[in-house]
Amino acid sequence: MLKINNLHVSVGDKPILKGLTLDVPAGEVHAIMGPNGAGKSTLGYALSGRPGYEATEGSVEWAGEDLLALEPAERAAKGVFLSFQYPIEIPGVPALTFVRTALNAQKRARGEEEVAAPAFLKLVREASKALKMDFDMLKRPLNVGFSGGEKKRMEILQMALLEPSLLILDETDSGLDIDALRIVSEGVNALRRPDRAMLVITHYQRLLDYIKPDRVHVLAGGRIVASGGPELAHQLEAEGYDKYLPEPA
Amino acid sequence: MAAVKETIDTVAELERYKYGFTSDVEQEFAPKGLNADIVRFISEKKGEPEWMLEWRLAAYERWLAMEEPTWAAVKYEPVDYQDLFYYAAPKQKEGPKSLDEVDPEILEVYKKLGIPLKEQEVLAGVQGAPRVAVDAVFDSVSVVTTFKEELAKAGVIFMPISEALREYPELVRQYLGSVVPVSDNYFAALNSAVFSDGSFVYIPPGVRCPMELSTYFRINASQTGQFERTLIIADKGSYVSYLEGCTAPMRDENQLHAAVVEIVALDDAEVKYSTVQNWYPGDAEGRGGIYNFVTKRADCRGDRSKVSWTQVETGSAVTWKYPSCILKGEESSGEFYSIAITNGHQQADTGTKMIHLGKNSKSRIIAKAVSAGKSDSTYRGLVSVHPKATGVRNFTQCDSLLIGKECGSHTIPYIEARNGSAQLEHEATTTRLSDDQLFYAQQRGLSQEEAVALLVNGFVRDVLQELPMEFAVEAQKLVAISLEGSVG
Repeated sequence: MLKINNLHVSVGDKPILKGLTLDVPAGEVHAIMGPNGAGKSTLGYALSGRPGYEATEGSVEWAGEDLLALEPAERAAKGVFLSFQYPIEIPGVPALTFVRTALNAQKRARGEEEVAAPAFLKLVREASKALKMDFDMLKRPLNVGFSGGEKKRMEILQMALLEPSLLILDETDSGLDIDALRIVSEGVNALRRPDRAMLVITHYQRLLDYIKPDRVHVLAGGRIVASGGPELAHQLEAEGYDKYLPEPA
Repeated sequence: MAAVKETIDTVAELERYKYGFTSDVEQEFAPKGLNADIVRFISEKKGEPEWMLEWRLAAYERWLAMEEPTWAAVKYEPVDYQDLFYYAAPKQKEGPKSLDEVDPEILEVYKKLGIPLKEQEVLAGVQGAPRVAVDAVFDSVSVVTTFKEELAKAGVIFMPISEALREYPELVRQYLGSVVPVSDNYFAALNSAVFSDGSFVYIPPGVRCPMELSTYFRINASQTGQFERTLIIADKGSYVSYLEGCTAPMRDENQLHAAVVEIVALDDAEVKYSTVQNWYPGDAEGRGGIYNFVTKRADCRGDRSKVSWTQVETGSAVTWKYPSCILKGEESSGEFYSIAITNGHQQADTGTKMIHLGKNSKSRIIAKAVSAGKSDSTYRGLVSVHPKATGVRNFTQCDSLLIGKECGSHTIPYIEARNGSAQLEHEATTTRLSDDQLFYAQQRGLSQEEAVALLVNGFVRDVLQELPMEFAVEAQKLVAISLEGSVG
């Protein structure tokens, strides 16, 4: 269970999140929707511990842990995974090397046995097949020269291999054509499990046709201003975010 | 992939400079300071022929008339050349050395450094593991050279240069100083006058050297300069891969290391020379460390000859070093692959010179500089094309990576093309280790130091791949260790 209580986050001196409260029980998929600049990406960064995103007030609890007290790598080892809106290019580091290094770092942190190369390659082959990814691409430096769709698939592949329990997807649909969107969504749906919580951050309802949320929340002005079932997403699609925007001064 | 994992394991385990120990070895010194008598003393100690003494004395005279160069982008306290020991040797019996006769303290040093000196230890290793012959130079003298007999069967001569001067004086005389003349520069002249040991390699025509050769330099004594001389001759159609490594104890004084390496490659010969330089870099405040003022040059005399320099420079307080190739032979080829990592208060001014004299000669330069802390790194390179050298090609790529906001990185490429047919390419980039990349790697579970190690190893990968396999892993670890504490 993810419990966010009255979370305030500033970037520099600028307050972005202003008292966000949200519970996501294990096994559920919650969508966070909202207008541009509402603080959607900030929420993802704050949960994963990005330096510069300072929690000034409130608490975040995940699986009984005070998440805000942990380093980014420690959060990752506790199961937090952020799928980036714009995945980062890592020159000179083959994708396979990167993921295996990350996986074993997490396993070490949890006191688990590391995965040897042959077993790892087997895992990767299976996972990349499901996402219709060319295995040879994984020998190339991570994300360097990848298309937008390839980068997003790479994020989902990492998610499948690292087996996180708190999955945060930041605008995973942006930059995807309809076929890629379907493949990526199928990849995400395959990861739904009773012990996993998922937070799907998106501007458009489109993604939610593929990844069906249990709950939908509207994030505006730095806090959750409305919550409802899947029907709320359709309503937003039809009516827009206007009624949630602050009145012009 | 395994290497990366190992890198990360090692980062956690190792201290910053694990080679900083000193050893209590009984040594004999020449009196402090430099004069003609010291030069005579060294020559006599080595039992050198008369012509060699004359050569040294002439070099000493030249040195007296020269001035220390100041054009490099490095700042350091002036060296007091009269306040140094020019000769420090572990006390031991004269004559042929077997391992049993070497001071156990010295053997312990090499054991701690992980350098195999016992041939059977190397042989007992994993089946199929490459074997490496080692010449171990301790302060001013070579203490042991392994696999000499086996190499001799292939006709390869691998021995301390002091021994070669006695056993193969004509061969040494023919080539010594023919690539780096005595008067080439201030430090080369000094080295020519006082060098006390180093390695000599001769590969006969058509022979592919059956194993990697390596020389391991260790400075141990305090207030002592190390001046070693390496001479490698690859006769027609031969091949050799050679590696040098170096470490020194942590001391709060600066120590001088002024080496000269000469390589001669005849027709169709190929020499691959790799360096993993890990001299003591000084402490966090910039106290102590080695002044590494080195002249390395290869003469690609023969047609189709090839020399490749690969260097991983992580140590030393100040580095001044430009491994170069004179491409005399037609279709000869020179390569320079470099990783220069500076952290703390280190300064490095390093690069290469590719002098194209032969027709259709070609060269390739890949230089990667990683600067962190308050360090400063300069790539200085020259690509020169002689008027008669037609069809010359060069490709140069200089990439700099900055970590933090207090370091500096500079690229100074000189190009002199005096033949219109030359095709010269130059690419350069400077990037900062990005917060985005660091956070991305951390989000996937890497600690900050693991993330830096992985990203930097990615940055230098092109060059690491040029190292012999067994040293690439070592170098990868070194990259990680040198950058510990560089972020945050």
